[in-house]
Amino acid sequence: MTQRLALVVMVGLLVNTAAILVLGSEQPPAQEEFIPIDQLPPEDQLPAAPLLITAYAIVWIVVFVYLWSIWRRLLVVEREVSELSRRADGDEESRS
Amino acid sequence: MRNFFRVAWLVMRKDLKVESRSWEMVSTTLFFSVSCVLVFSFAFVREGRPIEGAAAGILWIAVAFSGTLALGPTFERERYHDALRGLLLAPVERSAIFAGKLLGIVLLMTLVEFVVVLLVALLFQAPFIANVLWIGALLILGNFGFAAVGTLFAAMLVRTRSRAVLLPILLYPIVLPALIAGVMGTLAVIQTEPNFDLARFWMSLLLFFDVIFATLALWTFEPVMTE
Amino acid sequence: MNQRIFAGFLIVGVVMFAIAPVYIARAPYESTMGLIQKIFYFHVPAWFVMFSAVFISGIFSAVYLFKQKPVADRIAFAAAEIAVLFGVIGLITGPLWARKSWGVWWQWDARLTMALILEMIFCAYLLLRRYGGPGSDKLAAGLALFGLANVPFVYISVNVWRTIHPATSVVPQLAASAPGMFGPFVWCTISFFVLFFVMLMTRIRLEEQRAEVERLHLIVEKG
Repeated sequence: MTQRLALVVMVGLLVNTAAILVLGSEQPPAQEEFIPIDQLPPEDQLPAAPLLITAYAIVWIVVFVYLWSIWRRLLVVEREVSELSRRADGDEESRS
Repeated sequence: MRNFFRVAWLVMRKDLKVESRSWEMVSTTLFFSVSCVLVFSFAFVREGRPIEGAAAGILWIAVAFSGTLALGPTFERERYHDALRGLLLAPVERSAIFAGKLLGIVLLMTLVEFVVVLLVALLFQAPFIANVLWIGALLILGNFGFAAVGTLFAAMLVRTRSRAVLLPILLYPIVLPALIAGVMGTLAVIQTEPNFDLARFWMSLLLFFDVIFATLALWTFEPVMTE
Repeated sequence: MNQRIFAGFLIVGVVMFAIAPVYIARAPYESTMGLIQKIFYFHVPAWFVMFSAVFISGIFSAVYLFKQKPVADRIAFAAAEIAVLFGVIGLITGPLWARKSWGVWWQWDARLTMALILEMIFCAYLLLRRYGGPGSDKLAAGLALFGLANVPFVYISVNVWRTIHPATSVVPQLAASAPGMFGPFVWCTISFFVLFFVMLMTRIRLEEQRAEVERLHLIVEKG
């Protein structure tokens, strides 16, 4: 079955590549609205610093919030594990 | 190989037979897509003139929404009387069952789209009929890709909690590239100066997605349905 | 994993991360974009980590689907969560950069659209794991495979389509074209990957402990 699928995939990809190369050489038009930053009038130019600082701040915050979140979840679960293993051992002792 | 197609055909025939007893899926899906298109026509047609290029997007949105609606009952029906278990216990390749279900969905979507294409062409004054072969080809390819992923996820979700809401959540991000290709291809065909080379490009991209989706879906159907 | 080695990696990662801005500040300015280009040093490594996480999630999902090893599922889940995280970082730093250099927050070009779709696929993965109930692990594994198939598209999209986003040739040629930028870039990339490793290991441990809780629950209930 896998071999059949592999064959289908190969044929499909070959057909597609051929189709794209031979028939569909037209591409969507390139972006036209891009104006280099130094050609914009001064009123349109944004200060870069706030954006840059926000970007870095977001990265730091996201990374550390996530690390903190895993750590907290891990503490909760590990507490549960130790409690449950205590109970499990207690049951075992009472049975034996 | 012949057995594969025979089984797929049998599964599809079974679904068609069940459907022909009540016509539930065809009528509900049709009605829903018509309502969809009507809502969009209120939103996007100003003073009798539709917004430029809106028809392409609306056609494919109607396809996506009605397709999602149709996918639910496909496997939902099999939950009654352990029909799904019976199907999976049959000594046939699982992927053939998948292919049969897939063909049933593609057929249903195509049927509904006959009406939707006409309606959108009418309400949005789009030259679908003039380019019926292009639109038809794009729709069939789009249906196939959408249905391939959709059938897989509908099957996967059949025993899952919150399956009704999870199906679109899982389905849309994956088929979005195919839908985009469909919309862009349709736009290239219906715009004031049609660009058929561009349409061909988008169509070959759509075919490319179809091959990848179908391959992945066939490959993962087996291990996922082993429950 | 040895606690001390792990703590070592964590400290290294955090320290590298903390020092990074110094190197970045000293790096030369890019000629057309100026100061805002410095987002590059976090934006690109974040996406590198995201793609790696998607790759790991996809590969281990395939292992889980076809070999049924529970440890593979734990790794896939952990990697998926981290992929979403770094995707968020990439999707926020990108528009902040774009607002200044392209003038718009967002563009529906091939690279951005495909990257957003990739992020959405893994958000859907997390939703499925959270709300899908029993059996959602296999389903999510299937989903992750589709996500994996997406990654090559995202990467090559800037080369195939003429988009406004810089092409993939920028980074490989960085050492030759702008050596002053290459050093800080490598530094940031390494620190991101160290942090990725730390997060991944911790998250996998969380999954292992959850599995342990379930196992113990069964024992306690039976007794």
